[in-house]
Amino acid sequence: MRKLSKTTVNNLITYGIVIFAYILVQILLATGSLSSLLEGLLVPLCTYVILAVSLNLTVGVLGELSLGHAGFMCVGAFSSAFFSVSMQEAIASDGLRFFLALLVGAVCAGLFGILIGIPVLRLRGDYLAIVTLAFGEIIKNIINAMYVGRDSSGFHFSMKDTTSLGMAEDGQVILKGPQGITGTPGDSNFTIGVILVLITVFIVLNLVHSRAGRAIMAIRDNRIAAESVGINITKYKMMAFAISAALAGVAGVLYAHNLSSLTATSRNFGYNQSIMILVFVVLGGMGNIRGSIISAVVLTLLPEMIRGVGDYRMLIYSVVLIAMMIFNWSPKIKNWREAHPLLKRRKRGEEA
Amino acid sequence: MKKAVSMFLALALMAASLTACGSNENGGNNQQSAGTEGEAGETFFIGGIGPETGENSIYGLAVRNGAQIAVDEINEAGGINGYQIAYDFQDDEGDAEKAINAYNTLKDWGMQMLMGAVTTTPSVAVADKTAEDGMLQITPSGSSLDCVKNDNVFQVCFTDPNQGIESAKYVGEAGLAQKVAVIYNSQDSYSSGIAEAFIAEAENQPFEVVVSEAFTNDTKTDFTVQLQKARDAGADMVFLPIYYQEASLILQQADSMGYDPLFCGGDGMDGILGVDNFDTSLAEGMILLTPFIADAEDELTQNFVTEYQERYDEVPNQFAADAYDAIYIFKAAIEQANVTPDMSVEEIGTALKAAMTEITVDGLTGEGMTWEAGGTVNKTPRAVKIVDGAYQEM
Amino acid sequence: MGFLSYLISGISLGSVYAIIALGYTMVYGIAKMLNFAHGDVIMIGSYVVFCAVSVMGMPPGIGILIAVVVCTVLGVVIERIAYKPLRGTSPLAVLITAIGVSYFLQNAALLIFGAGAKSFTSVVNIPALKLAGGALSISGETMVTIGACIVIVIALSCFVKFTKSGRAMLAVSEDRQAAQLMGINVNGTIALTFAIGSALAAIAGVLLCSAYPNLTPYTGSMPGIKAFTAAVFGGIGSIPGAMIGGILLGVIENLSKAYISTQLSDAIVFAVLIVVLLVKPTGILGKKVSEKV
Repeated sequence: MRKLSKTTVNNLITYGIVIFAYILVQILLATGSLSSLLEGLLVPLCTYVILAVSLNLTVGVLGELSLGHAGFMCVGAFSSAFFSVSMQEAIASDGLRFFLALLVGAVCAGLFGILIGIPVLRLRGDYLAIVTLAFGEIIKNIINAMYVGRDSSGFHFSMKDTTSLGMAEDGQVILKGPQGITGTPGDSNFTIGVILVLITVFIVLNLVHSRAGRAIMAIRDNRIAAESVGINITKYKMMAFAISAALAGVAGVLYAHNLSSLTATSRNFGYNQSIMILVFVVLGGMGNIRGSIISAVVLTLLPEMIRGVGDYRMLIYSVVLIAMMIFNWSPKIKNWREAHPLLKRRKRGEEA
Repeated sequence: MKKAVSMFLALALMAASLTACGSNENGGNNQQSAGTEGEAGETFFIGGIGPETGENSIYGLAVRNGAQIAVDEINEAGGINGYQIAYDFQDDEGDAEKAINAYNTLKDWGMQMLMGAVTTTPSVAVADKTAEDGMLQITPSGSSLDCVKNDNVFQVCFTDPNQGIESAKYVGEAGLAQKVAVIYNSQDSYSSGIAEAFIAEAENQPFEVVVSEAFTNDTKTDFTVQLQKARDAGADMVFLPIYYQEASLILQQADSMGYDPLFCGGDGMDGILGVDNFDTSLAEGMILLTPFIADAEDELTQNFVTEYQERYDEVPNQFAADAYDAIYIFKAAIEQANVTPDMSVEEIGTALKAAMTEITVDGLTGEGMTWEAGGTVNKTPRAVKIVDGAYQEM
Repeated sequence: MGFLSYLISGISLGSVYAIIALGYTMVYGIAKMLNFAHGDVIMIGSYVVFCAVSVMGMPPGIGILIAVVVCTVLGVVIERIAYKPLRGTSPLAVLITAIGVSYFLQNAALLIFGAGAKSFTSVVNIPALKLAGGALSISGETMVTIGACIVIVIALSCFVKFTKSGRAMLAVSEDRQAAQLMGINVNGTIALTFAIGSALAAIAGVLLCSAYPNLTPYTGSMPGIKAFTAAVFGGIGSIPGAMIGGILLGVIENLSKAYISTQLSDAIVFAVLIVVLLVKPTGILGKKVSEKV
């Protein structure tokens, strides 16, 4: 182990946790001791882990507050679901179709990332945050007004309603404005989800520890100093932002292919969702990939695990959220924790 | 390390809250726990899914409560073929993904039949899971055609296109108006579904749709622009295929503008008279096409409304009535198919599916309701007019 | 004539955004945090007035007074429990607890008041102002809201400029550490900011629900986010900017509904916001902050 650097060991632990969780779940599944609830949550968990890790690239590593992450997820979800539904007959193989859908989702979201990044990354701080929020809302709003159908003569597009598509008898309306896309094939499963999580973590960790990653963090820590040593700020910012967006698109693909109905509501693709992903990142620790994974899992499971309390569920969830934030971030409690001998020893052990 | 500690903290809090609220339930504070815990094999397990929190919670809670009354009535009267019903309702926050979680939670609980989901998108998402498991699903209020795409899903409410067409026909036949404006929620599949069908059917009717304006969930406070457009176009009727909460605002704003057309709504409008502190004179003359009227004279409705008011301190809306009927539809189907609780979910589902097209149910939301194999319901809508702050059948 | 009436309804909507944005911008300017729970404090304030006036039959003036007191206490308590322990760490941490508080208030209101909508009785009895032979009308609520906005803007500006605690706020917002070294009670000043911000929320709640009388546990969240947008529009931290931003936002929203598309009005509002920020990156009245190396 001596030969491996600190970061390598740290990264291996992160991969190890994901793989261990995967094996554990597979064993539980094989023995049938996993509840239906947990089984159903496996793919969403992967989705949220990918979202949290990818947002951490923007917020933690690049140091820019983005409140529009769900917008990229939305682009990935709708573009890939559109692809899958319209290609359902053309491509018979589920695996190939899903692979292509993944590429479609990631590329579309990545392109939107670049498109939005060009104006957005000129701004800073809370202004950048509000502009990303604005873009997320615009994406959601436009998708809710879009109608796309297909018949023998090709695709029809309208911003008004289905009748104005002017389709032939054999036509099929694929995207129905606020009613969204229904009948997306359920191609995602836990194994694919975990593979995508591993790929996401791999991409992000490698980027962080590469030359580009160090440049990005230099921009975060001191933009002017970074600029003065010749780092191309726009290029690196854009790179981080676009990769983050493309990965959010991948999460969107996973999301869309897990549910048979896909609509853009404020609940799943609005700023509420963006903020929720931000909660994962901040709670897990900015720039801390493993923290993002763990907090995404914990916070997604939490409201489901306390279903037994009925009406008080969301109330308790919010209290736990506040308590965890204070516990993790409060300077006073941090000092107390560090003073505590048992925790201190372990903490050192982990850092070594 | 600190992550592990906070995770531990979260788990500890979870556990603590579980015990804390467990005692609450015993105190009778939690209506949800009213569902009787039955023994497997001796009891029918009916699950419900709908939004108990979030913007749509008003509809989810109404469904939860309406079904609870039906369950208690049936259990008191000796159950279905002598078997008691156990009932549990889970929150989906109006979201498809959470609806799947709710569905799986209910499956772990032992659900054999599903009443839900309350809103459209979650219903469609859950329908795929029930089809996989071969379970009978009756949605009280999921109204789009996509909800009943699978052959194991049946509706209590009208489908959106159906309602839009019926409304347009009614307006045309009764000669209510010459120029009609439509104001709908473009982010809501229920509302946009009705609006679209209404506008399409209007082509065949002797009136003209002069204005069709939308609003979204983020712009549902100020409707003056839409109303202004309707007035400028000379509309003498405004069709509102929306829920009553937004409609109450529209009525108030039209009133302060001095614009007084005939207002007409769909089944989502039912409940407008029950809005706390609402000035019902604003709704005077409004026409609704609704299957359920809370102050209808018949005994069934009266009993239900009295019971609901006693328990929950409010007038039930059409969602509660749909849910109440849904439970009785389960009862009728179970009696028709003669299934027993010890059968597997799939066996029960297959038998009930076949029974659904054979039964006829008299409920709160319609007499002699029957079902197509496609899942849609046959019943006649009732047109009512608001006169002196109360519904009057037309 | 059509344009004028759209403009007036836009100003009515905008005045409500403006009065909410004032509270946002106040807290942001001094505490440097986005208080996402502000919209929900507004909702609580409206429920208090509703209970006092419509249920218990008190006169509106007393109802508003009670709401101001309740919201002020609530604001200070929230600050104490959820925000103060995190002072000195990343502002993002406080943003997240603010979201937690927002969820908490919404769900608490849902449990206490139920999900059903309450129709709020307007506390304004001024009749609408009719212009051009009745074709245009400005509602009493709009006039009162705009009046209240102007009074609040002037009062806050005076307070910040001429009183000791106001100047302390200014100092804290400029440089927290330096202010502390000069003997200013930073915690007390921030608590005072929250108290004032929450009192403004109570007033905003009353006016919001008087103009749009539909009260549910989620009433505050959407106007809250719109007001946040308005505050950024005007230059966040600037008190007159919040008012201008709010009114502009309302006007743009209603004009785009009137002339472009009712479905896409949100997208248009946000697109205008983006363009404004690209031209003037700190909002209309925002100060340009020079960067320290």
